[in-house]
Amino acid sequence: MLASIIQNLFNAFQWGSFYSLIALGYTLVYGVLRLINFAHGDIFMVGAYIAFFIATAILGMAMSLPGWMVLAMVIPATMILTALVGVSLERIAYRPLRRKGAHRLYVVITALMCGLVLENGNLALLGASRKSFPELVDKVVYSIGDVSMTNLKIGVVLSAVLVFIFLQFIVTKTKIGMAMRAISYDKFAVPLMGIPIDTVIVFTFILGSSFAGLAGLLFALSYPILDPYMGAMVGWKAFIAAVVGGIGDIRGAFLGGFLLGFVEILVVAVFPSTYRDLIAFAILMVILCIKPTGMFGVAGTTKI
Amino acid sequence: MKKFARVFLALVCVLLFAAAAGAETIKIGFNIPLTGDIPKVGEESKFAGEMLKEDINSQGGLEVGGKKYMLEFIYEDNESKAESAVAAALKLIERDGVLAIVGPNSSKQAVPAGQVCDDNQTPMISPWSTNPDTTKDRPWVFRAAFLDPFQGPVAVDFAMEQFKAKTAAVLYALDNDYSKGLAEIFRDDFNAKNGAGAVKAFESYSSKDQDFSAQLTTILAAKPDFIFLPDNYNEVALIVKQAHDLGWKGPFMGADAWGNSELMALCGDDCKGQYFSTHYAAAGATGDTKVFIDRYKAKYGYEPADVAALTWDATRLVLQAIQNTGGLTGKERADRKAIRDAMAAIPEFPGITGNMKFDEQGDPIKCAVVVKISDQGEFVFTKSVCP
Repeated sequence: MLASIIQNLFNAFQWGSFYSLIALGYTLVYGVLRLINFAHGDIFMVGAYIAFFIATAILGMAMSLPGWMVLAMVIPATMILTALVGVSLERIAYRPLRRKGAHRLYVVITALMCGLVLENGNLALLGASRKSFPELVDKVVYSIGDVSMTNLKIGVVLSAVLVFIFLQFIVTKTKIGMAMRAISYDKFAVPLMGIPIDTVIVFTFILGSSFAGLAGLLFALSYPILDPYMGAMVGWKAFIAAVVGGIGDIRGAFLGGFLLGFVEILVVAVFPSTYRDLIAFAILMVILCIKPTGMFGVAGTTKI
Repeated sequence: MKKFARVFLALVCVLLFAAAAGAETIKIGFNIPLTGDIPKVGEESKFAGEMLKEDINSQGGLEVGGKKYMLEFIYEDNESKAESAVAAALKLIERDGVLAIVGPNSSKQAVPAGQVCDDNQTPMISPWSTNPDTTKDRPWVFRAAFLDPFQGPVAVDFAMEQFKAKTAAVLYALDNDYSKGLAEIFRDDFNAKNGAGAVKAFESYSSKDQDFSAQLTTILAAKPDFIFLPDNYNEVALIVKQAHDLGWKGPFMGADAWGNSELMALCGDDCKGQYFSTHYAAAGATGDTKVFIDRYKAKYGYEPADVAALTWDATRLVLQAIQNTGGLTGKERADRKAIRDAMAAIPEFPGITGNMKFDEQGDPIKCAVVVKISDQGEFVFTKSVCP
């Protein structure tokens, strides 16, 4: 019994890590632009596919390379390419609207549409067939009594924590982080102070999308079956996690992601899985009722 | 510009003529999952249909009552969703005016689509659906596969004999009629044979889930002799891997939804050595079955799974029924009725997935096989069980 509980806590840590990583991307963009980037879940999916193509390409060229070396090449390449996708989305879809001074609602709808375009573009381009992600890490199962961990799961949780610390450092301790926070306070005054607003926004998208790419890669390593809709559900749930944590706050997204992961896993461990979303979201709703701005959120005048 | 218009007009005329000249066609609809969770199932059904169509059309068409008809197969995607399968069935019946429908394949779609076909008096035959509800009390609906009340006990008996199992655990998809139905039949049969409580864990998930760690932790804590997975191949790959990550070293037993050419691509080494019950074994097939497998492999480059062979049988059954009507009137409703009656009257049919006899519900009585996944990733024949 105790072993199951500990095992489920580990399971929840791994599952929550993915929500956390994706929620961080939502919260970054929201924190700066007050824009809910609904395409973020699909950027995560694109990241997983990019990782898949790079990994298979490298494995195809040099079979003899050990898995960890391939992984060492795949991680930066995936993050860079996924960041490019995120930045292009900003350039093609969001910036023109921002320039024209469109209401925030239209930008959110555009983001939703971008997500659908990515999903269905992938479906049209690559077909409906599932892709199987190659095993880059030699899986080691550590068993202590009835509790099992793999090196991969530990890596996933560590990555989520490191990404959180890194982002927290960038946003609170660096100059560009200060600029990001400044834009979220007043995006009309900031350019007058000589801060290049577009550069800061592009930087935000680079950060958010590259970590979505990392999340996609880690997800593909853990659940090695890729399909075009893999990002939709996880993305929505991560968004909810970010809201519960207090959207716009890095700590909130991080803890919100883990909270959702824990609630989901523990509900399934006790109740039939049908009740998972019912109970999980009921708990989150109660939290929002008590604290509508989320755990770390500050009351804003207009949220969507 | 004018010249272009004239050429265009001429082209339209030619096309219209061609359509008029080829008016003597028989339309059959295919309600299959070309996208969605199990796209390979749809693809194999489509390829099997195409192969059969080419065979018959290259000989000048299907002869019905002394007249030759060209075949026209319409493939409608049901996205592996119940609601889309209903829409696809209605589209085929009303817009395309097909004489009969082959598919849907999964029970999840076949059960609701069967209702639509039965209500609209259009003959339907599901190649792959094993849930009893698909054809139950629906005179217009048939199938080419055996039923879960037969498949479940096959899995129980095999596991008890092969693994010397006294206890079991089940993990199934709650929102999938096939998975849920088979899981319940398995549980009841296993408990009946090994005493109440022999199924130590009976856990479920939803179709879009990717993480099964909580359910598997519960299952592993119950320490069963083996885990029964009546699930689609894409989920099987994830479940088996995650169970191994959690330290499971025992065997799995699967059902016919495992039998897909993509299973090994997705699951890899983790699935090797496992057993599942299915409709036919491709490795070591003989006779017509081997001819079919070889032709399919030569044409499309991979070994066809059971669903391709079952689609082939199901479509041939429909064509046989059309021929048995002795002549078509050209009136949709009358022809559909004639085909249904002819189909219900077929007493026995030699298919490539085995001989089928039909009972009064329109279900075939046929044998099941249990295959083992070899170290080469082939599905090797282990045992045949007949009713």
